[in-house]
Amino acid sequence: MYPAKFKYSQEHEWVSLEGQTATIGITDYAQNSLGDVVFVELPKVGAKFSAGQTIGTVESVKAVSEIYTPVTIEITEVNGALAGAPEQLNKDPHGTAWLVKGKASNAGELAKLMDAAAYEAFIAAKEKEAGH
Amino acid sequence: MGAKMVNFGGWDMPVEYSGIMAEHLAVRTAAGLFDVSHMGEIEIQGPEAIALVQHVTSNDAWKLVDGQIQYSGLMTDAGTFVDDILVHRFAAWHYFLCVNAANQDGDYEHIAENNRFGVQVDNVGERYSQLAIQGPRAKEILARLTPVALDGIRYYHFSRGPVDGVECLIARTGYTGEDGFEIYFSPEHTERLWNRLLDAGSAQGLTPCGLGARNTLRLEAGMCLYGNEIDRTTTVWEANLGWICKMEKGLFLGHDALARQQAAGLERILVGFEMADRLIARDGYPVFSGGREVGRVTSGSPAPFLKKNIGMAYVPYDLRTPGTELHIGVRGQKAAARVVKLPFYKRAK
Repeated sequence: MYPAKFKYSQEHEWVSLEGQTATIGITDYAQNSLGDVVFVELPKVGAKFSAGQTIGTVESVKAVSEIYTPVTIEITEVNGALAGAPEQLNKDPHGTAWLVKGKASNAGELAKLMDAAAYEAFIAAKEKEAGH
Repeated sequence: MGAKMVNFGGWDMPVEYSGIMAEHLAVRTAAGLFDVSHMGEIEIQGPEAIALVQHVTSNDAWKLVDGQIQYSGLMTDAGTFVDDILVHRFAAWHYFLCVNAANQDGDYEHIAENNRFGVQVDNVGERYSQLAIQGPRAKEILARLTPVALDGIRYYHFSRGPVDGVECLIARTGYTGEDGFEIYFSPEHTERLWNRLLDAGSAQGLTPCGLGARNTLRLEAGMCLYGNEIDRTTTVWEANLGWICKMEKGLFLGHDALARQQAAGLERILVGFEMADRLIARDGYPVFSGGREVGRVTSGSPAPFLKKNIGMAYVPYDLRTPGTELHIGVRGQKAAARVVKLPFYKRAK
């Protein structure tokens, strides 16, 4: 379920690094918790963020959720398709509904994130805590 | 059932089953089923029952006949809301109130405290479960499980009879803006009736619905939610609920305060508004007019059926005219909005 090539944050974002280009999205757990996504607010190309900063928001019918970047990044591309079809984020959060791409060069930050197995354990613990 | 549960005032409630959008649209186009057993019920009985009901509520219960229901405000002596309720008349000496879950005990105490008429008041929340079936197909689905002629129950009236053999109070009321029924019955039958109704309605698209859709539906229909639009600080006039306030019925809790406010004029009033574009107003966001903060959003959300972003807010009285421009503070941005007439959505007759 959770791609092995991604790394995961505690705020339910995923990062995929290819060379110096990082792609960021939210996880399936995140989209499921949010419910039907109706609006996605993304940063502008050229914007720079440190790891942990808010880069945008995802809104569902019932809630607003901030998107944090797990890595220091300079935005080079945003997913324009989400403006017209925000529901795509519910359907394919790990694939076509990626949020932003950018230049990321701090490999050390990636090491602090969870791998797929650790993330799966993390969310399993959360579900247990919530009594589900 | 795959429901996403949340703790709602001490009750374990489903927020959504298949998704708020799908559930909301099902109610507008087919039918939805809600377990609203958390709602409270209070019975008032005795020769002076009408006197007590009239004393503590804003609407005129004298107007009711047996089997009729009215929406009303349970009043403080400031003319503000202890709760919003449905008053059902069984008989001139017997009334049945449906009240909000979170306010059940407070409402009962308030009524008991004001019971200077020696009337019997009972908190009967534990004796009743409630299911609501709402939507254009609600009637045909419910008809499969009851010999009661549902066409004979007019809007805001009720009857009593068996649903799948279970004795029920069958009321033609709801919190969605659609036609539909709310049925009250003894709690041990809840699961069975829930399942039987879903079976009976599956071919017509009957969809289980949670609190998320319950909220978007009532907001789209311009209905108030206690705690958001109305509470002990909002008067009946300010909440734009003058139609449930019958000053001419005689004295009642809040009557004098409301008369004074009517004479003095209102400083603020509840309005509906629509966002100009894709930014969404949420509960508690600030409302601006001409750069000045003038209020807060009481309820705000996307409207799944209307495909707009809507909300309600208290604004200064002079900003109440439909078309008036407002701005809503959305994460630091000023998002354009305009006042619109309520309700946002009205079902076709």
